[in-house]
Amino acid sequence: MSELGSREAGPDQPPGGPELSAQFQGRLLLEQRSDQEINEAVLRPMFQTGRGFWILVAVLGAIVAWGLYAWGYQIYWGMGAAGINRPVYWGLYIATFVFWVGISHAGTMISAVLRLLKADWRRPITRGAEAMTAFALMMAALYPLIHLGRVWKFYWMIPYPNNRLLWPNFQSPLMWDLVAIFTYLIGSMLYLYLALIPDMAMARDHTSGWRYWLYRTMGLGWRGTEAEWHKLHRALGIFSVVIIPVFLSVHSIVSWDFAVTIQPRWHSTIFAPYFVIGAVYSGLAALATILIVVRKTMHLKEFLRAEHFDPLGKMVMVAGLGWIYFWFSGVIVEWYGNDPVIIEILNDEVFGNLAPLFWLQMTFNVLPVFFLAFKRVRTNPLLLLIVTLAVNVGMYTERVLIVVGNLQRNYLPFNWGTYKPTWVEISIVAMTFAGFILLYTLFSRVVPYVPVWEIKEGRLRYSLRRIGRLLVPTAAEIE
Amino acid sequence: MAKGANPYAETGAQHDGPRWGMVVDLDRCTGCEACVVACHAENNVPAVGEDEAARGRSMHWIRVERYWEGEYPNVRARFMPLLCQQCTEAPCEPVCPVFATYHTAEGLNAQVYNRCIGVRFCANNCPYKVRSFNWFEPDFPEPLQEQLNPDVTVRFRGIIEKCTFCIQRIRRVELDATGEGREVQDGEIQPACVQSCPPSALVFGDLNDPDSRVSQLALSRRAFRLLEFLGTKPGVIYLKGGETNV
Repeated sequence: MSELGSREAGPDQPPGGPELSAQFQGRLLLEQRSDQEINEAVLRPMFQTGRGFWILVAVLGAIVAWGLYAWGYQIYWGMGAAGINRPVYWGLYIATFVFWVGISHAGTMISAVLRLLKADWRRPITRGAEAMTAFALMMAALYPLIHLGRVWKFYWMIPYPNNRLLWPNFQSPLMWDLVAIFTYLIGSMLYLYLALIPDMAMARDHTSGWRYWLYRTMGLGWRGTEAEWHKLHRALGIFSVVIIPVFLSVHSIVSWDFAVTIQPRWHSTIFAPYFVIGAVYSGLAALATILIVVRKTMHLKEFLRAEHFDPLGKMVMVAGLGWIYFWFSGVIVEWYGNDPVIIEILNDEVFGNLAPLFWLQMTFNVLPVFFLAFKRVRTNPLLLLIVTLAVNVGMYTERVLIVVGNLQRNYLPFNWGTYKPTWVEISIVAMTFAGFILLYTLFSRVVPYVPVWEIKEGRLRYSLRRIGRLLVPTAAEIE
Repeated sequence: MAKGANPYAETGAQHDGPRWGMVVDLDRCTGCEACVVACHAENNVPAVGEDEAARGRSMHWIRVERYWEGEYPNVRARFMPLLCQQCTEAPCEPVCPVFATYHTAEGLNAQVYNRCIGVRFCANNCPYKVRSFNWFEPDFPEPLQEQLNPDVTVRFRGIIEKCTFCIQRIRRVELDATGEGREVQDGEIQPACVQSCPPSALVFGDLNDPDSRVSQLALSRRAFRLLEFLGTKPGVIYLKGGETNV
């Protein structure tokens, strides 16, 4: 706590005065705390780097290092180190790529959509969601490299001027992928950073040493003047609108990697919305999982409360219903189409060698919707943790089924095959999971996890006004 | 299109050169796999070994697919040589992010090994699954390297390779003909598989030339193209096999 130098004078007056009713307090998203206390409550966990924290970092670092070794092994010996073959030319790498792109969707979903809708419950969770988007996208962006046969030539996909006048093929969905993912990565990181500036300034005013220098640099000299706030709100408003089409397009484009081919079952018009809704489903579920873990480990129970998990759980439920709807719409049409290859693929999926995965997918993607219908599940951290983890197990399985399950079968039965991942693939997949958690953990120790200025702003919205002899709770328009 | 030309010629105003194609008579194919061996020798296609083949990593530019029909004891084997169909509307071409696979003026799907970065998208989108990926560095054990064809590159790991209709043989004949100041004669070009086929089940030639043997054979009532409903317009025409296909 020594680093938490106090530069501010005594505590501010709690808003609304002490006479706020209990029912009204709930909408404040926070007990009556002074600004100073909020600052401390958010900054304190950032300095908690005890033994447990470093053990976690070491374990995650070891997994990442092992995964890098596996990747090096694969680059040195060739793609044959992975379990892919003919006809399953894409395996766990592409499935995990789709998974990470999916996870990255919830950050924008929560942050931009809810900001535009002026949903107040978003305030304490926006930063966690945006960071999740950025880190998940970084992990996703690794896979197109990992699965390249000649990764050392990856830059040939980038349109750069060269003396041979060679240009990438913009007809290829992989090029659209490259453009979409980098646009989304840059956009979401700028978005994360914009909302971070006032909190960087806040942290700057309360720290010393290397942190002070870091926050001072990242705070861009923020002073909190009226003009600065005005510009920030304008910029966030623009970003929120602009990033929504990007967020919708990214997973649509990922789906077109599959849908524009003539591989049976992949070649489907419903893939784009199906992928988007699946991405939102898994992303929101992952966000709930992460928030529950962070809330416990970083002692942020005061900020991340039932009022936030309840609507988040509802959103997961709605996305889940949407996923079921799109999944069913896709399958029913193909099943009725009675195309022999598609019937073979469906049979193989439901009763064949992938049946365990299929039933795992259906169980873990459908049942959570029913559980999440209950408020008791949505507001109980442990139950919500279990349910949202199940959603992501189901969604990961779904991606494996889409990539591997459909590639196993094609028009010429002579070329049917099967696929089993090798230790290299599993190590590399584990590397990205560990890498994601590692980046997220380090991030939470460097950056205020809860957006302090958003919370304070949210508190300012509500006040009690005296009309005659009556005290009326009012909400102001401040955005 | 010239009168009497076969229905499989590549049409289009810009196209007045040859459109190389092949006719595969399934009635004649005995499944001896001489074409496969000849192709390996001609095109420096590595043999990956039993273990890798069992994992689905076998590399052949042409293979003979064997299908069993009926129930024992009334079973019948059907053989179908399958090589790159050199589609006019090739699904492998638009999906390549770096133009490593493209369409030549002679109707071939060319693969530029040096440009390929190994995303394997083309292989996924090929309904015939005739593209081979180099999962490891190709290995030609001691005496084998002595018979490598100097006209063909030896590929490296991490890239896709595929049937070229023996482009090196096509070019040689074309150059010879140009040097002698004449046209390329029908039947003069023989890819390795065609040359080695004992029952002459494979015929190679110019589908744009209505008098060529492939064009004549393509007029047969037995002619069909594989997975025609996909609209890939292959340059390989099969002749249906009947009772003689044992």
